Amino acid sequence: MLDLSADDLTAIFLSLKVAGASTFFALPFAVFIGYALARWRFPGHAALNAIVHLPLVLPPVVTGFALLLLFGRRGPIGAFLDAHLGIVFAFRWTGAALAAAVMSFPLMVRPVRLAFESADPRLAGAARSLGASRLWAFALIELPLAANGLLVGAILGFAKALGEFGATITFVSSIPGETRTIPSAIYALLQAPDGDASAMRLAAISATIAVAALVASEALQSRLGGRS
Amino acid sequence: MISLDLRLKREDFELSCALTSDARVLALHGPSGAGKSTLAHLIAGVIRPDDGRIVVDGVTLVDTESGVCLPPEKRRIGVVFQDALLFPHLSVKSNILFGQFFTPAAERRAPFDAIIETLGVGHLLDRRPATLSGGERQRVAFARALLSSPRLLLMDEPMAALDHARRLEIMSLIEKLRDEFRTPIVLVSHSAEEIARLADEAVIIDKGHILARGAPLDVLPGASRLIEGGRFGLINSLAARIASVDETYGVTRLAHPAGEILVTARLGGTGAARVAVRATDVALAKSSPIDTSVRTILRGTIAKIDANGSPLAFVTLELAGGDKLVAAVTRLALDELGLAKGSEVFALVKSVALDERSL
Repeated sequence: MLDLSADDLTAIFLSLKVAGASTFFALPFAVFIGYALARWRFPGHAALNAIVHLPLVLPPVVTGFALLLLFGRRGPIGAFLDAHLGIVFAFRWTGAALAAAVMSFPLMVRPVRLAFESADPRLAGAARSLGASRLWAFALIELPLAANGLLVGAILGFAKALGEFGATITFVSSIPGETRTIPSAIYALLQAPDGDASAMRLAAISATIAVAALVASEALQSRLGGRS
Repeated sequence: MISLDLRLKREDFELSCALTSDARVLALHGPSGAGKSTLAHLIAGVIRPDDGRIVVDGVTLVDTESGVCLPPEKRRIGVVFQDALLFPHLSVKSNILFGQFFTPAAERRAPFDAIIETLGVGHLLDRRPATLSGGERQRVAFARALLSSPRLLLMDEPMAALDHARRLEIMSLIEKLRDEFRTPIVLVSHSAEEIARLADEAVIIDKGHILARGAPLDVLPGASRLIEGGRFGLINSLAARIASVDETYGVTRLAHPAGEILVTARLGGTGAARVAVRATDVALAKSSPIDTSVRTILRGTIAKIDANGSPLAFVTLELAGGDKLVAAVTRLALDELGLAKGSEVFALVKSVALDERSL
């Protein structure tokens, strides 16, 4: 069963790298947006909520196409990042991570937002009356109280990033060793005449990772529920 | 010393208050929605006034004219909330030390050991807030606020969430804090009993305006009649001293300049004690009765009679020693006894109405 080829291993490690980078960079944004949606009332609150959830309802190929238009080498954002910061997304593993981050973002924001909403907002006020600045109150009180939500968000985001296919293949194609993640590899294997066995192995591995992530998040969520 | 002059306008509410006080315990009293919590929020910095100023202990916290409005963390107002609001993810010890951590080293005047001992939280330090009882939580909240070396302790209905026994415990603690640590206290309370016992000065607020202010006894009877409309809200507060405990009968004798006060409980110590007496538990007599079961008989002179044509009259007595005592009696009885301002009378208080609940 675990008779993996070099290509399979490359795809697995690439997937872990892409999902890890996606989760690592998306989590701070998810915390910020989740906190803003939970605690602040501002014009455009509903619009921001809708935009965050958009990748959940759009066809992934459309999201990938939008990323291509915006972050491609000639896209407005992609050209700017390339010229000024030397960051290129198009047809690189970083692009795969960006696509995975955008697609998993709604799944990360939701538990983070719920965690902030379930904590008493007056606790931060109590911290401030004791001399803590807004930032300290956030770092010492609000963030630790939402820690489980952040963990759940990170796990769900990681699992989703691991399985992202549509937006990734549209945005960065399926280049072996660069952007061919597990789902892309399975799809490529299925196109080949004798790839079924390899495809089965990769499918089993990705299913195992996904189930493990779900179990972990369920366990954490029930702990979160039990405490409050 | 607190001095404030504030105006705040909301769609359905308008607040306009000005007062200066150097009371050790200043009470803000009024019905819910009167604006006493709004005033507390203005002092704590949770909300900003439209215009006005707040000066505490010589430090200007807010002055809209010169554009000063310190954020809550710079005000050093120790706030105690109704439901304690301890940080659930931290130990009791970390909770207590939270404010001290943010207090500049030069300003840390709060004595840790004395505060821990007075509040009796030493044995709780390693516990989590979730495992504490309501009274314990409130004690930890007091310690936390005090250890931030505040310029002012602001207590927003600190006893409203507690049962009667816990309330008595916390009241005597506030008395201790008032007497041992010199931090001035602003107490927001809707309970006339709490204010009569704890405050030096009371401010009655309704619809965002100050209706009356002065010594609790002077402002509470009239004001509480106005606000609460109930004669049972009239509470007297007498300063006495514990004289002796009678173990055989389980009672404590308190010495008061106007006479002995008998309480149906064993009180420890020999210190000062305050007794809260409901106006409805006081009867009046022209001569000291001999054959009566009433053990507490206090001598006084009628200083004021409020009747307003109602069946009830509120008679304010000036007792020997200076305490005032309000008795609620029928106007009929007053006329039949021929009592008027200046009459010498004896106030009879049933000891059973003075169990430890009223202490």
